[in-house]
Amino acid sequence: MTIGVSFQIDFLRFLSAAGELDPATPREAIDPELLLGLYRAMTRTRAYDGKAIALQRTGKLGTFASALGQEAIGVGIGSTMRSEDVLAPSYRDHGAQLLRGMTMVENLVYWGGDERGSDYAVPRSDFPICVPVGTQIAHAAGAAYAFALRKEKRVAVTIIGDGGASTGDFYSALNMAGVWRVPLVVVINNNQWAISTPRERESATVTLAQKAVAAGVEGCQVDGNDVIAMRHVARAAIEKARDGGGPTLIEALSYRLGDHTTADDASRYRDGEIVRREAEKEPIARLRKYLTARGLWSEEQEKALAKDCADEVERAVAAYLATPPQEFSAMFDHLFEHLPESMRDQYEEARRFAPKGGGNG
Amino acid sequence: MAELTLVEAVNRALAHELEHDPAVLLLGEDIGVNGGVFRATLGLQQRFGSARVIDTPLAEAAIAGVAVGMAAMGLKPVMEIQFSGFIYPAMDQLINHASRLRNRTRGRLTCPMVLRAPNGAGIHAPEHHSESPEAMLAHTPGLRVVIPSSPARAYGLLLAAIRDPDPVVFLEPTRLYRLFKQEVIDDGEPLPLDTCFVSREGRDVTLVAWGGMLHEALAAAESLASEGVDCEVVDVATLKPLDAETILRSVEKTGRCVIVQEAARTAGFGAEIAAIIAERGLYFLQAPVRRVTGYDVVMPLARLEGQYLPSVARIADAVRKTMEAE
Repeated sequence: MTIGVSFQIDFLRFLSAAGELDPATPREAIDPELLLGLYRAMTRTRAYDGKAIALQRTGKLGTFASALGQEAIGVGIGSTMRSEDVLAPSYRDHGAQLLRGMTMVENLVYWGGDERGSDYAVPRSDFPICVPVGTQIAHAAGAAYAFALRKEKRVAVTIIGDGGASTGDFYSALNMAGVWRVPLVVVINNNQWAISTPRERESATVTLAQKAVAAGVEGCQVDGNDVIAMRHVARAAIEKARDGGGPTLIEALSYRLGDHTTADDASRYRDGEIVRREAEKEPIARLRKYLTARGLWSEEQEKALAKDCADEVERAVAAYLATPPQEFSAMFDHLFEHLPESMRDQYEEARRFAPKGGGNG
Repeated sequence: MAELTLVEAVNRALAHELEHDPAVLLLGEDIGVNGGVFRATLGLQQRFGSARVIDTPLAEAAIAGVAVGMAAMGLKPVMEIQFSGFIYPAMDQLINHASRLRNRTRGRLTCPMVLRAPNGAGIHAPEHHSESPEAMLAHTPGLRVVIPSSPARAYGLLLAAIRDPDPVVFLEPTRLYRLFKQEVIDDGEPLPLDTCFVSREGRDVTLVAWGGMLHEALAAAESLASEGVDCEVVDVATLKPLDAETILRSVEKTGRCVIVQEAARTAGFGAEIAAIIAERGLYFLQAPVRRVTGYDVVMPLARLEGQYLPSVARIADAVRKTMEAE
């Protein structure tokens, strides 16, 4: 017997959980200004994330999906996309979205139950948060097709979870993108849990990255808690796509340190001891160890950054809480370009029963 | 001016839009080299290239999903779903994304796409090829649902559907694809969406139908005329948003209404029309509204489809009962 086809999946990590750098790390990946920027962005994401959970706990926000422990994935991706590229995010990707220019206020408005939160002032072409799991891969593939057809040097990037890689949409959209060789990057945030379903109950494959092989797409694994490697891999895939090299699937290995969402209680289905062990590999502390050892970061800088982030988050929360409620008409205004005449009576009924002066509920 | 079948009229409308709007592209299974299983896209890939007339992998959900992405980025994708029963895998994308992208983003992103599919029974096709899912689609806020009933209406309504800034489901009655020819002027003139057409004027009773059933209704009207019953026939054409005014005006004139629908009865689109007449036209009525529909059964295989479908005899029977009622 001979080997028909064989494949391998590369795994990349530059920075260990202990904060030790692989000597083979490319110089450009560890530029001090770059690393400080990544560190600040991850810290900012976590500060926002923690505050959003607190708001939910105090009844000021709806359900929220925390990215705790997975900040390097969003920051690694968001920091290397160009403004003209397009992101199709899942509900756990505010790390990337904040770097794209979505504001904290917009994200809070969205999770607060108001569509205006998806009308991003800055990343005008980015897709809104996708709550169905995996369907947005097809949107990103379609966007990438549009870019290729118009010969625009833009790339579509989408992020899904490990559960998303079990869906038919994941495979069929990746398969289509493979056939068309469109400028698409699909990142799996493999945080090991799809709500209560652990990674090994999602797929019998050794890696999720190898699913790319079945779509004729290049796939690789990266330590998703190592922001240096994460950004490096994302950058390579995005620039390859921009240069006409086709799609890439990146499996970013991480761990969901929080609950699935604020509506979930992970203690029902997983061992807290394992979570504590995984927390030792989290991305922010890891990079801080390295930056400190390299003399790039001090306790004073840490305190100043924490204060900056807390101030920014507080300003966002204040703006969110001060956002005036929508009029009843918000339900109708953007259903179609023009409201059909046949819906006029429904519109009038809603107006008649709306609270005076606008309001929620 | 040319005499065209309905499927040829669809082809002309697609060609017209591909020719005049660089944002328009077609995608679907076997639509390129093969020209589509019904030949609706015959010759279009040769004419407009494989980048704009795309043979896709076999995955309806992904076809609908990539169309959402294309539309959001400024293209106007027209996808073909090969048979009506295969719309179901695409429903997730239609309901969860296409229909609500504009609303979700407050108009920042829009979804000007068309889903074309053959619809309904009558050609003795295999299982899953003869479905009539229009009510499920019409129930979805944010979608337009259009069903033409003739070559000229197929041409004009498809142009309008492609030019519409929002998602349109365009269901082509399979049975009519080659049933008859009609003069169609290929001048790029659209017909209005959201409008019912009065296909035959009459005084005694209003028959409301759409798609393939319009012809059964017209044939029943013809047959009833010899009995002295003068039927008005309304072609719904755009199911959602519905032009209730045209239907109500007709019912006000005739005082009687029979709704003909190929799909299964319960919660079908005919029920919506009956409800609107009950809400807004009850006092016009001299007899209860009747429905002639497919039965609440799984769409039968070919040998029984003729007995499943509303026939001229069933429609005429319902009209006679309506005429007898006082």
